[in-house]
Amino acid sequence: MGRYIAIRLALGLVTLISVTVLVFVATNLLPGDAATEILGRGATPETLARFREQLGLDDPLVLRYGKWLWDLLHGDLGQSLTTQTPIAETIWPRLVSTLRLAGLTALVSVPLAIGLGILSAAHEGTALDRVLAIGALAAISFPEFFTAYLLILVFSVKLGWFPNLSTIFPEMGFWESLHAMVLPIVALACLVTAHMMRMTRTSILSVMSQPYIEMAFLKGVPRGAVITRHALPNAAAPIIAVVAMNLAYLVVGIVVIEVVFVYPGLGQYMVDAVAKRDIPVVQACGLIFGIAFIGLNLVSDILAVLVNPRLRSPNRGR
Amino acid sequence: MAQDPILEIRNLRIEAQEHVLVDDVSLTLRRGEVLGLIGESGAGKSTIALAAMGYARAGCRITGGEIRIDATDLRRIGVTGRQGYRGVRIAYVAQSAAASFNPAMRLVDQICESPLRHRQMTKAEAQARAVALLGRLGLPDPQALARKYPHEVSGGQLQRAMAAMAVIGRPDILVFDEPTTALDVTTQLEVLALIKKIIAEEHSAALYISHDLAVVSQLADRIMVLRGGKMVELGTCAQILTAPRECYTAALVAERDHSQPMMRPLPADPGPPVLRVQKVEAAYGRTRVLQGVTLDLHRGETFAVVGESGSGKSTLAKVLTGLLPPVAGRVALDGRPLPEGYRSRSAEELRRIQLIHQLPDMSLNPRQSIGKIVGRPAALRLGLKGAGLRSRVEELLALVGLPAAFADRQPPQLSGGQKQRVAIARALAAEPDILICDEPTSALDQLIADDILRLLVRLQDELGLSYLFITHDLGIVRRIAHRTLVLLQGQTVAVGPTAEVFAEPMHPYTRNLLVSVPQMKPGWLEAVMAEKTVHK
Repeated sequence: MGRYIAIRLALGLVTLISVTVLVFVATNLLPGDAATEILGRGATPETLARFREQLGLDDPLVLRYGKWLWDLLHGDLGQSLTTQTPIAETIWPRLVSTLRLAGLTALVSVPLAIGLGILSAAHEGTALDRVLAIGALAAISFPEFFTAYLLILVFSVKLGWFPNLSTIFPEMGFWESLHAMVLPIVALACLVTAHMMRMTRTSILSVMSQPYIEMAFLKGVPRGAVITRHALPNAAAPIIAVVAMNLAYLVVGIVVIEVVFVYPGLGQYMVDAVAKRDIPVVQACGLIFGIAFIGLNLVSDILAVLVNPRLRSPNRGR
Repeated sequence: MAQDPILEIRNLRIEAQEHVLVDDVSLTLRRGEVLGLIGESGAGKSTIALAAMGYARAGCRITGGEIRIDATDLRRIGVTGRQGYRGVRIAYVAQSAAASFNPAMRLVDQICESPLRHRQMTKAEAQARAVALLGRLGLPDPQALARKYPHEVSGGQLQRAMAAMAVIGRPDILVFDEPTTALDVTTQLEVLALIKKIIAEEHSAALYISHDLAVVSQLADRIMVLRGGKMVELGTCAQILTAPRECYTAALVAERDHSQPMMRPLPADPGPPVLRVQKVEAAYGRTRVLQGVTLDLHRGETFAVVGESGSGKSTLAKVLTGLLPPVAGRVALDGRPLPEGYRSRSAEELRRIQLIHQLPDMSLNPRQSIGKIVGRPAALRLGLKGAGLRSRVEELLALVGLPAAFADRQPPQLSGGQKQRVAIARALAAEPDILICDEPTSALDQLIADDILRLLVRLQDELGLSYLFITHDLGIVRRIAHRTLVLLQGQTVAVGPTAEVFAEPMHPYTRNLLVSVPQMKPGWLEAVMAEKTVHK
């Protein structure tokens, strides 16, 4: 068990290092560089060359990677090329915003998804199951911007219940900012809930044909209790995995929603940086996304072992 | 004893989509009585047993008849009503305890679940009774055992824990669905004795389902013989065994009797051995599972390897087929050393040794046609193709007694016995010299298993094959094996001509295996158990 977690952690670290390499190489393959972007068309070759030297863009790739990694290990994300300010200062509040949106969405959608999944499995083949299936498929099939604009149209433009922009300022109170975030939360929850709910239902039903489920029925256990007490713990591993995937998606993949609602998150920050060829910012964002993905998958792998008594107890060999 | 029946089933009819699984079966059960249900797989025994609890598996429907416990018809009281009877008035013991315990729950929680749910006891009472029951069932350190998860406990112990789970709520009726089929002969014997004791001590009535008439005859007062979902015959245990009225029953009774050897005797000088195994040792990780096994297999000979599960007999098959390289020892084919792993063996060496698995359901690809399954080794090892391959496949199917038209079918359309014939045809397709048979009949019903044995003996006669026959069934060994090797925890306990291995003086372990084979004699179980306690 401890050994398993140690191996997982080590593998996570290896993956993280390869992510830094990929992020660094990929961002350097982008056409154009910050010098041409900042100085504009009027720049002479001489000023461009001097500016590049100043930014250190002429050093070999390996050397620049080494320096970047070394600075990272010391907590230095580097300086933004366009604003000449430390990236850490700008990125921190953005990260907090993104995590807040993702966290609130997860708080709503994970219990909802698992609850609806259980409900759907308990009523397999009934009208309720079918209505839930159709709802889930619809929610998955609509592109997220479509759902977002639909929500804005109904709840903001027609009914006027919520603002159509979700820009959050530091001086806003908790309830005020929560009010502003309702629509993006709903839009995101629609998407991830459907996915997790379908997976919960499928995992539970795949366990339902096991002999120990039949045994539970023959002990006089009602169907609801059979599902929650007997099926769910044995179906937990795939459910945990799909929940982790969706949480990672909430951190990484919500650029579209952020743009639609003008929400000041990490995704928007990265898109801006790409447009301005602000390579260090793109790299920092990419790295944070990588950490989120690897970390959540690590947690899901470890949880999947913890819920399984066969894997939890030390392996005595045979 | 003229009480009213405690369980009464009248004109039961159970249907799946298109066919009838159980047709017009009626039975009664009185307090303290054991009714044995016997028949081949597909006879409807388990379906009837589950129906006695008002339960039908997915895809099946109870479409007619009454199921009365006392005066209440379980079919008329709704799902919630039935839940109140299950675990309380009638409880179930399943065939595979390993599969019937929830792997994610402690044993004690599963055993106490029904009495707690039905509010029969407090949690403390239920747990105390669970531990007491486990102790009464002869399990060591019941307190600690109760806290374990199913995977930490052996199959025999789990089967006893399941018996505890069934009787904890003091039900009036116990349903045993092949409770010893998945166990070794020696473990089966102990579990059978315990089941008998429980039924007597709890004064409960029982339905006992088995395909093994010898097992049923040790427990049942009356026996019902079923075939194809219909009742063939119902009578007292003694009448069924000694004076069966129907031919089918007579065939079942006779089957155990002909323990005459089926195989042709070997010539006095069998020549040099085809396969020579010398001091082979094998291990999984650091655990030794085979320790210095030596045997010679001659042409046309059947060499049986017997032992309980965990004795290392299947590991020997893995070593010989090259799936598990041994850690020490030598294997030689026709005097030439055989490379250890199958990857380093030549195509010719691979062709000459073929394998037949225990479970034909799992060893045949369900999506491939029989023609493709059988034809593949012939194409791969002998380079046949086109019309030549097709006619060879038909020849092979004819050899194992299947019509040529089967080539276009797929495994799910075949019965268990037919699938095992296909597996044999596939093994023969490479024209091997040696067949390694790993419990090829243990998943089959007795009459079908007999057919397969006869087929193997005939093929040995016609083709001069050598068999290494792995089994735990001593009845089979005495009928088909020229020589036998008895394994205990990876070590050879006895080896030699079969008649000698099973003649006095026997190794105590060999005798234990031999006396544990169920016999149809009434009172056999008590006699064996009495003898065992004397020896202890």
